[in-house]
Amino acid sequence: MTSPEIKIIPRNTYLLVWGVLMFLLLLNFGLAEIRLGPFNLVVSLAVAFIQTLLMLLYLMHARYDSGLTRLFVIVGFVWLLIMFDLVLSDYLTRGGVPSTLRDSWKHGAWPAATNNFPAGFSTNGR
Amino acid sequence: MADAHPTLAEQFDDLPQQRNAALLGMWTFLATEVLFFGGLFLSYTIYRHAYYEAFEEAGRHVKILYGSINTALLLTSSLTMSLAIHSAQVGQQRLLVRFLRLTIFLGICFLVVKGMEYKSDIDEHFVPGARFEHGLPAQAQIFWFLYWIMTGVHSLHLLVGIGLLVVITWMARKGRFSEHYNNPVVISGLYWHFVDVIWVWLYALFYLVNRN
Amino acid sequence: MNATLPQTTTPEIPDPPQRLLTYFEEGGHTLGSWLLTTDHKRIGILYLYSILVFFTIAAFAAAMMRMELLTPTGDLVTSETYNKLFTMHGTMMVWFFLIPSIPSVLGNFLVPLMLGARDLAFPRLNLLSWYLFNFGGLLALYAIAFGGVDTGWTFYEPYSSAFSNGHVVTMVAGVFVAGFSSILTGLNFIVSIHKLRAPGLTWFKLPLFLWSTYATSIILVLATPVLAMTLILVAAERIWGIGIFDPRLGGDPVLFQHLFWFYSHPAVYIMILPGMGVVSEVITCFARKPIFGYHFVAFSSIAIALVGFFVWGHHMFVSSQSVYAGLVFSLLSYLVAVPSAIKVFNWTMTLHRGRIHFDTPMLYALAFIGLFVIGGLTGLFLAALGFDVQAHGTYFVVAHFHYIMVGGMVTAFLGGLHYWWPKITGRLYPENLGRLSALIIFGGFNVTFFPQFVVGYLGMPRRYHAYAPEFQIFNVFSTAGTSILGIGYLLPLIYLIWSLKHGKKAPANPWKATGLEWQTPSPPPKQNFAQTPIVTQRPYQYSPEIEEEFIHG
Repeated sequence: MTSPEIKIIPRNTYLLVWGVLMFLLLLNFGLAEIRLGPFNLVVSLAVAFIQTLLMLLYLMHARYDSGLTRLFVIVGFVWLLIMFDLVLSDYLTRGGVPSTLRDSWKHGAWPAATNNFPAGFSTNGR
Repeated sequence: MADAHPTLAEQFDDLPQQRNAALLGMWTFLATEVLFFGGLFLSYTIYRHAYYEAFEEAGRHVKILYGSINTALLLTSSLTMSLAIHSAQVGQQRLLVRFLRLTIFLGICFLVVKGMEYKSDIDEHFVPGARFEHGLPAQAQIFWFLYWIMTGVHSLHLLVGIGLLVVITWMARKGRFSEHYNNPVVISGLYWHFVDVIWVWLYALFYLVNRN
Repeated sequence: MNATLPQTTTPEIPDPPQRLLTYFEEGGHTLGSWLLTTDHKRIGILYLYSILVFFTIAAFAAAMMRMELLTPTGDLVTSETYNKLFTMHGTMMVWFFLIPSIPSVLGNFLVPLMLGARDLAFPRLNLLSWYLFNFGGLLALYAIAFGGVDTGWTFYEPYSSAFSNGHVVTMVAGVFVAGFSSILTGLNFIVSIHKLRAPGLTWFKLPLFLWSTYATSIILVLATPVLAMTLILVAAERIWGIGIFDPRLGGDPVLFQHLFWFYSHPAVYIMILPGMGVVSEVITCFARKPIFGYHFVAFSSIAIALVGFFVWGHHMFVSSQSVYAGLVFSLLSYLVAVPSAIKVFNWTMTLHRGRIHFDTPMLYALAFIGLFVIGGLTGLFLAALGFDVQAHGTYFVVAHFHYIMVGGMVTAFLGGLHYWWPKITGRLYPENLGRLSALIIFGGFNVTFFPQFVVGYLGMPRRYHAYAPEFQIFNVFSTAGTSILGIGYLLPLIYLIWSLKHGKKAPANPWKATGLEWQTPSPPPKQNFAQTPIVTQRPYQYSPEIEEEFIHG
């Protein structure tokens, strides 16, 4: 039940992490001004992800904690993933069964899934 | 048990057990916070996917300068919070109080800047409802609704964090903490950092990704 | 202490001469000693009082509904009043009775005792969660008393925000606050089970009640926050007049259903897992046999908690949810049956060749198994996409979940209350009356709810105050059963209160049960144990072959 002595992280580590975080903020700010098309989203979220990781691991000491604590760190995010995954499984497949698909058993054709979800939004999905 | 440490609660056997329980409790709470905000992040994802153009148009009206300053303020407050924890762990009482006060100050600065931003948002009628007239598509109001709810709930969390730190500072001034006992500082620190983590995502989603 | 059943090597329980003060005596009998207590045992009793009040109110609403449904025409109450009645019944029962029933009353009392600990990890937080619970309950009562709410317990959008005339915001606020009480209770249990186990008490020596409490706590902690945020969105949309579920803006009301059921389906398992824990304890004690397949029963609790998060979409088969998602959710829903069936089979195998004693708790436990099997199997019917399209929104669904919630959880709660009553109060309840009321409840329950399967299958929709005349016979049965059930619930209330003063004094271990809670006096001292116990054996070391004929009392 007792844990080894609490690890005290040197101040310089905190300062270094802060420096990196601020650099990432500037990077994110700067890249948002440049047109990267769909990659703007990817870059912004990737930077936010790295910042989150740095804060969890170093500022919140997850790196130095016991396995149990680390499990508790992860579990909330895993559940978030479950929620996203299953809700999106609905939204990304909305639009009902296309008529071609409904008759597909007759001639063995399996057309590509159609994704007209914004339209299906207001029309009761069918 | 007779010669127990004065800061040891009766249900615990020793200080490490108490410390571990406190840490685990706070992490459990933070897991609930992840899911608390989770529903909003999910809504944002779904509606941005559905109404991509509307979100882009709406997103151009968010004031990136305020947001960026605020991000810098919060990241720095996380640094001072970490330094406060460090001071507590090595038993530097005065430095602890000083860093805590600095953290509170930065938190208040964030709220002031946020308040200024809210004021200009209201002045320019970016509140969903009857007076929301910008020639923007109707779905843009969903963006702004999420903006108000998510930043609002986040600011509320920060306010709670400031309140927490005020109490911790008061306790620190009374000399309650030492290198042997500093759970409340560490625990509040976890909460503070977490509020910061949430903001990093809010910053990316509301201020950055819709700019192009 | 029974020499043949040593579970621990605790120092001996002090004899009456050097008797420890009980938790009633230590700290005094003043009101302040109760309202400011941080003793988990007292908080458990405070919860018992609170949920009794809410149960009575919810039961009253149920009685009114059944009276109305006695005749096909709406003659007793108007349709509006009827809507308010079933909303009142649902919200009160779900959030203010079922969810806190076993976890907050029995769990609070037993978790530290079973762990061999002096208290929960965060006693003050525990008291706070009781206050939050009552505050939430008062808000909900306010909403009911001053206008009522007519949305049903599900608060479906857009009705709840744009059309309902009731006090939706107040009600939603009440549920929100009570939700935080749930979160804090779950958090407290999780940390306590991780950090406060007595020396030697490893995970696989834990009583199964703790396993199921742990699984319940996982759900409380990870599902409730989503509900909290969803309710904020409903309240905001109602106050603001505009919101993200608003179809006028392109919002999707079905998103509300997703978020709501992400909480509320796992919450269904909050309302059954603790009951399974109680039954596991009772079955093995009164069959005088170790539980069959301890590891399977333990892990099936965790499995139910986990898989319970993957199946919520089966509430939304007839919303505009994508048919593909419906398919996935339907398949996943079948998965929950596996751990549930494992439990039922293990209980049955525990009974096999046991020396079974039909005391009151055992009667409740046996009733639980039977009713849970019916409730669970009809759940599989409803998980089938095709059948659900037919049965959705009929009394078939009502009957199904009442078999789980009332036949399962309430039965287990009463069984657990009787089983641990000697420990909680230090008094024995009258056994014959106990058995009688268990039988009355079992009979009354089936008369009430079985006809609803039939009438639902025939097509009677739920949530209407009037119905087609050909359904009347079933409804008459239902209403008659309700009055039997009412008597069955009143009896324990009366004789349990009577036993507080006039019941026989209970010994430390009236059931000759294993488990740490029985190794300390009844009622326990404030510190729970004279000395911290050291656990050396696995739980449930009952052996019917060696044991003498077991006579309780």
